[in-house]
Amino acid sequence: MSTASTVVKPSVLPGFGPALGYTVFYLSIIVLLPLAAMFAKAAGLGWSNFWETISSPRVVAAYQLTFGASAIAAAFNLTFGFVLAWTLVRYSFPGKKLVDALIDLPFALPTAVSGIALTAVYSRNGWVGQFLEPAGFQVAYAPPGIVVALTFIGLPFVVRTLQPALEDLDFEVEEAAASLGATRFQTLVRVIVPAVLPALLTGFALSFARAIGEYGSVVFISGNIPMKTEIVPLLIVSKLENYDYAGATALGASALMISFAILFLINVTQWLAARRHRRT
Amino acid sequence: MAATGQLHTRKSQSRIDRPAAREKRAVRRMLIAISLGFLVTFLFLPLAAIFAEALRGGSKAWIVGLADPAAWSAIKLTLLVALIAVPLNLVFGLAASWAIGKFDFLGRNLLLTLIDLPFAVSPVISGLVYVLLYGAHGWFGPWLQSENIQIIFAVPGIVLATIFVTFPFVAREVVPLMQEQGTEEEEAAITLGASGWQTFRRVTLPNVKWALLYGVLLCNARAVGEFGAVSVVSGHIRGKTNTMPLHIEILYNEYNFAAAFAVASVLALLALVTLAAKAAVERYSLRAPGSAPADPILLTSSLAQEPAR
Repeated sequence: MSTASTVVKPSVLPGFGPALGYTVFYLSIIVLLPLAAMFAKAAGLGWSNFWETISSPRVVAAYQLTFGASAIAAAFNLTFGFVLAWTLVRYSFPGKKLVDALIDLPFALPTAVSGIALTAVYSRNGWVGQFLEPAGFQVAYAPPGIVVALTFIGLPFVVRTLQPALEDLDFEVEEAAASLGATRFQTLVRVIVPAVLPALLTGFALSFARAIGEYGSVVFISGNIPMKTEIVPLLIVSKLENYDYAGATALGASALMISFAILFLINVTQWLAARRHRRT
Repeated sequence: MAATGQLHTRKSQSRIDRPAAREKRAVRRMLIAISLGFLVTFLFLPLAAIFAEALRGGSKAWIVGLADPAAWSAIKLTLLVALIAVPLNLVFGLAASWAIGKFDFLGRNLLLTLIDLPFAVSPVISGLVYVLLYGAHGWFGPWLQSENIQIIFAVPGIVLATIFVTFPFVAREVVPLMQEQGTEEEEAAITLGASGWQTFRRVTLPNVKWALLYGVLLCNARAVGEFGAVSVVSGHIRGKTNTMPLHIEILYNEYNFAAAFAVASVLALLALVTLAAKAAVERYSLRAPGSAPADPILLTSSLAQEPAR
């Protein structure tokens, strides 16, 4: 580590070299090399091949469905997640601690288990589906089922990013708004929402980013009909099962670039919010 | 810092006395009702459905579903995979947090961002990248074939994919904590003549034990439950390369719902135990409940806070 001495702040603590060396080695073989392999393979396809794959009607339909369903689910989570975070931070009711702990259930429950459980509840004979389907609203094996699954898995993101932001709100500001004659609703729209906007945006984006990559909870409830209820991750799997490695690679690389772009935007939002916070 | 912490608790306790910053009782009730209604339809009903479906045929059918040899081999494989993936990521998490948390070097933020990458990758793609590397048509495929080593559609591929999806869990819990704690205690220990290893074991580890446990809990839950990534690399050979989630899928697609939900109920119980343990760790470590979202998340937190340091 001869170069290290110039870029590392001197410290009396030992073990920097081995610790960093192992970290970089493990990171490289587990994460970087495999990701590089996919991008290299995608680049090897050539632009026209790549474009042909990701612009085929079936892929475009899958992308439209994936983005549409993810956006609707993230919007659901934004709305109800805000109400939920608000009630958990501001109010007390019996069983609140239990409810708070169970918010993380979608993270802890294996996605395949979530998938068959949601299907059981929302299919024609299910606890909820038996009331919805006679009313002409099919959830399972139709696009609404995908939205239900994506709402389920994205729920904790909005709640968990909003909770700390709501806890940090200053009561004095709300009281000042009230004393200046604002109604509670005006205070919410003009004072509270602007203050937690970075958290709201981050929660929405995280929920959306998770939703576009989700597979396990969706495949059971979606019905997987090409052009109709086929999401992008499922299309990748079906291309792999048909030994269409080039197609799977192109689709995977395109999906991954979109995910990275979204996370980059989240980072920028957070960074801007942190800067604004420090200035005030 | 301690003063602001106290202020916060006092503030939250005195909410009741702040009528100007509160909603009317009817509004509060309505919001609580909306929250609980949403949770019931999206969270509690599915959770209850798992156990209701699992026990629909009585406890005997439940036992039959679990006692099946294919179910047993799935349970054993799942445990084996978790037993390999979790300790490896634990060691990595400790090495990464020692390097990043205790030293200041160029590229530290970049390294942190790279460690978080797997959280941004779809499970299916996490499996796909290993197929492209070690599969028959992959970079190392021909060489592996000539050496007669099988990774894809075999247990090593399942282990690799699981390590990938659970990669950041321990590191992202422990790194920020080590950064926050600084190096003073370790420097004191070294100055007093302790060896590096002694310092790490007696000073650093006790300071991060709760964060470590927290990370291991989340890592284990995901390792046991991973579906998409494992599904792509497993090949679905019954009794050989099926983990519990994959076994559930096969049973479900064969319309053997009783057995599928029997296996699912075991995983659901494990998830509930994980949540309870997580809540307990939060309480013991005095971490604000729910402060650490369990999954992907805030690639950011490290980046966004950095300039403040």
